[in-house]
Amino acid sequence: MSDTHAHTVTYVRETMLPQSAPPSTAQGPVKWLRESLFSSIPYTILTLASLYVIYVVLAGFLPWLLGGVWNTSNIRECRDVLDGAAGGCFSVLSERWNQLLFGIAYPQDGYWRPTLAFVLLFVAIAPVLFSSAPRKLLVVTAVYPFVAFWLIWGGSLLVPLAALVSVGVGYTVYSKLVKTSFAAGLAGGIVAAAVIWTILGFITPSLSGFLALEEVVSRNMGGFMLNMILGVICVSLSLPLGILLALGRQSRLPIIKMICVVFIEFIRGVPLITLLFVANVVLAYFLPPGTNFDLILRVIIMITMFASAYIAEVIRGGLAALPRGQYEGAESLGLDYAQSMRLIILPQALKISIPGIVNVAVGLFKDTTLVSIISMFDLVGMIRGPILASTDWNGVYWELWGFAALLFFVVCYGISQYSQWLERQLQTDHH
Amino acid sequence: MTTMSDPQRGSFRLSMLLNDTRYRSYTFQFIALLLLIALMAFLGINLVRNLAEAGLNISYDFLGVPAGYDINQTLIDYNSQSSNLRAAVVGIINTLLVAFLACLTATVIGVIAGVARLSKNWLVSKLMSVYVEIFRNIPVLIWILMIYTLMTAVLPAPNAFRGDNATSSMVFDAFAFTNRGVYIPAPVWGPGSMLVVATFILSIAAIFFYRRYAVKLLFETGRLLPTGWPTLAILIVPTLLMFFIMGSPIGLEMPELKGFNFKGGIQIGAPLIALWLALSVYTGAFIAENVRAGIQAISKGQTEAASSLGLRPKRVMNLVVLPQALRVIIPPLISQYLNITKNSSLAIAVGYADITATLGGITLNQTGRAIECVLLLMLFYLTISLSISAIMNVYNNNVSLKER
Repeated sequence: MSDTHAHTVTYVRETMLPQSAPPSTAQGPVKWLRESLFSSIPYTILTLASLYVIYVVLAGFLPWLLGGVWNTSNIRECRDVLDGAAGGCFSVLSERWNQLLFGIAYPQDGYWRPTLAFVLLFVAIAPVLFSSAPRKLLVVTAVYPFVAFWLIWGGSLLVPLAALVSVGVGYTVYSKLVKTSFAAGLAGGIVAAAVIWTILGFITPSLSGFLALEEVVSRNMGGFMLNMILGVICVSLSLPLGILLALGRQSRLPIIKMICVVFIEFIRGVPLITLLFVANVVLAYFLPPGTNFDLILRVIIMITMFASAYIAEVIRGGLAALPRGQYEGAESLGLDYAQSMRLIILPQALKISIPGIVNVAVGLFKDTTLVSIISMFDLVGMIRGPILASTDWNGVYWELWGFAALLFFVVCYGISQYSQWLERQLQTDHH
Repeated sequence: MTTMSDPQRGSFRLSMLLNDTRYRSYTFQFIALLLLIALMAFLGINLVRNLAEAGLNISYDFLGVPAGYDINQTLIDYNSQSSNLRAAVVGIINTLLVAFLACLTATVIGVIAGVARLSKNWLVSKLMSVYVEIFRNIPVLIWILMIYTLMTAVLPAPNAFRGDNATSSMVFDAFAFTNRGVYIPAPVWGPGSMLVVATFILSIAAIFFYRRYAVKLLFETGRLLPTGWPTLAILIVPTLLMFFIMGSPIGLEMPELKGFNFKGGIQIGAPLIALWLALSVYTGAFIAENVRAGIQAISKGQTEAASSLGLRPKRVMNLVVLPQALRVIIPPLISQYLNITKNSSLAIAVGYADITATLGGITLNQTGRAIECVLLLMLFYLTISLSISAIMNVYNNNVSLKER
């Protein structure tokens, strides 16, 4: 067979040809351009329209940004320097930098305090956000609230120290008693903390000069610092409250369930601004005559309630998404309600809820700007009030709003990118 | 057996209230109820004492008193002698107006952006991601204030339209964009115009019936009627005919520059436009994400199966992908509508007279009736929220997958 063929066929290729490159239109950037930008006539029109939009935006934006003036003392001087050329008066940012960040009334020589608190914040939340961070940093996280309070509000270090000691003692008592029963642990912990706090309360006033920083009252907080304070405090307070509300809403006890449902639906049904009105003008009627909460504390209470209702709904979704087998499994192991929730249900439900919780946190942080409406001077309030109303900078809109937008964008985009990263990390199922 | 399952009767001890799971739940609920009552009593007693101290009482009489302030944008008759109640109603209508407008435009923007984000065109999809990320991550209050600034500080004053060497001119001689707002032509309803409107409404109903008939015919006989151009024809032709038969009863009143300001036409104030646009683009970014998630939630197998049945791409979209995607998209879409309604309360920042600005703002400040005003305000928003979530629940129950 092979012999006959060998005679009839004059030429047989014995080696493979080297692969030749695909035609130039089907490879590299040309292919990419053809497929993703110019694949058909409508797509080409779309691409050209998009290019035009990008050109228009950049042509307006870049000269304004690059031709900006950074070191004049008021708007007239700035316009003289610009002399009709395109460019922004960014000198409002450099001149009012401290006001934008810290508000008007914060003591000038104390700016290092909120700055330090801000830097420490990253150290404190690192072990919470990244499981790869050293576990020992959790000590910083536990101590951070007290240190930050001392740094920002000032006063004697003894007050937050006393609070720290009482919380520490309470936690020790709790962890001793929780083995017998969760309720006993909780009650014992709270009682122990209260007792220590009362005892220390007799000692601290006599030593009020101990490591005291200059005291700053809450109404002197302002600028972006106020947004950060409100955001951080309210998110961290509303998380435990939200978990409790979610558990209450899932509970089999009708009265507790009803209380939680009414609370959640009420809060979710009204805009935050009405709750801020309550904090501003109504809440005082419901407190004992003569009590004088400061506004920032009332606002924190209201925003915390607001956020906790939303977080409760997110966590309820997480609880509902768990398969029933998890609940039944926990029960069949003989765990009681507190144990099964603490050890089996919540760790899984919270993991599912993380993206939703982060969304609520981002929304909450954006909503802290609403306090400017009840005349608190946060970043937006500072811009609308003292800065735009001053004769020096009346008329410098875009630089200021652009700056505010940039600050919020950086924080919120950062948080949402983190949440997406975390979602990928936590994905334990295989696709 | 019975000795194990039946508890011994008549041996109730107090400690069982805490230790026995049958009674413990009652104990806890009782404690919770007591705490709640105690809290309510505490707040109530404080309220009574505070009111007595300030010499106030809870009364809604102020609603009947003349409000004494003017509102620049109203859809119903209102002047400063009207009552506070009427001012609140003006506010409610204004809230509903801006919420309705913003819901419409936000949906359009959101659907376009969401679909464009899934486009195979690299540039368009990237551009849309940039839009979504920028608008989602910046507070809506900043957007409202920025657009308001744009409206009031950048647009020309009405007198820029005046004279022979005017620096600004009207668009199509019908629209004037000024820093006092946008002026658009107003329709003038002549005699017989109601007939035209009625014809229009009837033709919309006719389209609905025609489409139902087409589907029925398709299912029964397999004959496929065209729906595209007949819909358009039914929509336009009868109304146009009636319009000319009645002798063009509907005219347009153009805004005209008279003195220092524009007269005639409809003035849409700068606050309304700022609020409307800001809420639309901000919420549009969220809706875009919902739409994208909804379309992506439909597994590729559905599209492939539909194509293998021989359906054309448009029919795959209409008959297979969209009905399933809508089930995912609509619930978050409705909660975005709810968010728009609640966020419209930020109107107070730019001086748009919505319910928060009239009842919760000026009326509250003038009468000092803080508790009553805030209570009414909350009641209004609660009513809207609860009715929308009731509608949503009905919808969810209707479209949810029937399992087992």
